[in-house]
Amino acid sequence: MKELLILSGKGGTGKTTIAGAFVKLSSVRAYADCDVDAPNLHLIFGCGDTPKSTNYYGLPKANINADLCIKCDKCRGNCQFGAITFSDVYKVNHFACEGCSVCHLVCPVNAVSMIPAVSGELMLYENEQRVFSTAQLKMGSGTSGMLVTKVKRQMKDAASGADLAIIDGSPGIGCPVIASISGVDLVLVVAEPSLSGISDMERIIATAQKFGTPTAVCVNKYDTCLGNTKKIEEICKNRGLPFVGKIPFDPQAVIAVNNGQAITDVDCKSGLAVKGVYKNAMKLLHNVANGKQ
Amino acid sequence: MKIAVLSGKGGTGKTLVSVNLAAIAKQAMYIDCDVEEPNGHLFFKPTDLSEKAVTTNVPLVDSKLCDGCKKCVEFCKFNALAYTAKNLIVFNEVCHFCGGCIIVCPQKALTAKERTIGKIQRGISRNVAVHTGIMNTGEASGIPIIEKLLTYGSSKQDKQIFIDCPPGSACIVMETIKDADYCILTAEPTIFGAHNLKMVYELVKLFKKPFGVVLNKCLDGENPSEDFCIEKDIKILCRIPFDNELGALNSNAEIAVWKSKRYHDLFSHLYEVVLKEAKRA
Repeated sequence: MKELLILSGKGGTGKTTIAGAFVKLSSVRAYADCDVDAPNLHLIFGCGDTPKSTNYYGLPKANINADLCIKCDKCRGNCQFGAITFSDVYKVNHFACEGCSVCHLVCPVNAVSMIPAVSGELMLYENEQRVFSTAQLKMGSGTSGMLVTKVKRQMKDAASGADLAIIDGSPGIGCPVIASISGVDLVLVVAEPSLSGISDMERIIATAQKFGTPTAVCVNKYDTCLGNTKKIEEICKNRGLPFVGKIPFDPQAVIAVNNGQAITDVDCKSGLAVKGVYKNAMKLLHNVANGKQ
Repeated sequence: MKIAVLSGKGGTGKTLVSVNLAAIAKQAMYIDCDVEEPNGHLFFKPTDLSEKAVTTNVPLVDSKLCDGCKKCVEFCKFNALAYTAKNLIVFNEVCHFCGGCIIVCPQKALTAKERTIGKIQRGISRNVAVHTGIMNTGEASGIPIIEKLLTYGSSKQDKQIFIDCPPGSACIVMETIKDADYCILTAEPTIFGAHNLKMVYELVKLFKKPFGVVLNKCLDGENPSEDFCIEKDIKILCRIPFDNELGALNSNAEIAVWKSKRYHDLFSHLYEVVLKEAKRA
């Protein structure tokens, strides 16, 4: 299975809009939304269907039995996350608890138990044509990298014969992004022609390269600042990064998204431009995936 | 007063709003907690810069003492340790430093070692003290940087403090709004925007924070985020139009209120509304 991952560093540059267009253009059998913190791809592709839903358990959370507790303070003293507080009894703040179970380890009277906790929901939309894997992290949870890995595994298990997968990633460069990069053949960075967008693009490229993953760049809303678009093209040229095209700002794209459509479903300039980006990205994906074998 | 600006979705205008509000205030502190992709400093271009490394601890192995019992590997819930070819390996980037491996080692072969994961940059830009957290690329979590950043805000009672949050509603965002007096939620006019607005709405409700919404990039036509605010009876603080002038200023990392009378007026008004709302709460 060749895997294409769409990332951006900066949020709101158009990852999901472009992922949605790619899914439509490729008639791909397997796709996933790894932005488990703020998933949106299902708003285009989930409509009308009920997904198969399973609970996602992150690490279990500590629980202190006040009847057994001898108030030795070892749990609170050893917790690196400030998750245990004391007033009359020892209590665990479940939002701060990372589930390391050090308190369980140090408690001399076995008053701490580790209780399984639902940290999110995994969802699978499946029919003869397609497998779409997505998830929603529960508010305030911190184990998003693990959930991202599960979203990808769920997709691969359900669509094992598929030759292509398109994965929508999350903004940033941290844990969920790193988990999503693992094992993919090509990262497509959707950049935005602003100084913020360029700064963030450079940070996501550096992150992808740290993991040795081939990376290509496209620019969305390129005509909102032609000077910065040129800068992005120059950066790519200087670093030897494939530049796979640019997409204009298009109010029609907003309307398409609000109708739950991909931009390729309507006759508009952004939909037309994304076809070129798609063609170039697929050619590149084919080359890097074959080169690897 | 501490005001946090957040949004579920990225690119909805958190930095635009927090930077411009800080620029309007007489004496302000701007704290950029989006440590994975900090951008506020590109706008403020602060001078008199000072930098401080942020470190966390990771275990250091003394291979002479390690006898390969693997108790640490079994204990570690984050899979940050592996024992292969008679060597104990630590994966620093995924270590949360709970300290469990050090406690559990019967040979006392593990000790804590400091490791730099990023930095805090401080500087001045006109009336604004600019604090930026910058996580190193390849790191998994910037939470220790955010914790450190927020300590700078805790002692400055005389200043209006604006906190630019990371996107989403995960633990990292909860950390940034924990001590905020008021929250501003920014949202864009798409179903994506409305869906993610709902998530941060639930977050600020859970934390019982007073809050209001700024509708950004408003176009003619429907605005699902606005519909959500009306449905839930949420205070709309201001509507920022989709506009080429603002877009150009923003693209070039210019502070709108310093360059444009129109936006100076718009953000001054928003500033007054926010202060009034925050005081009422």
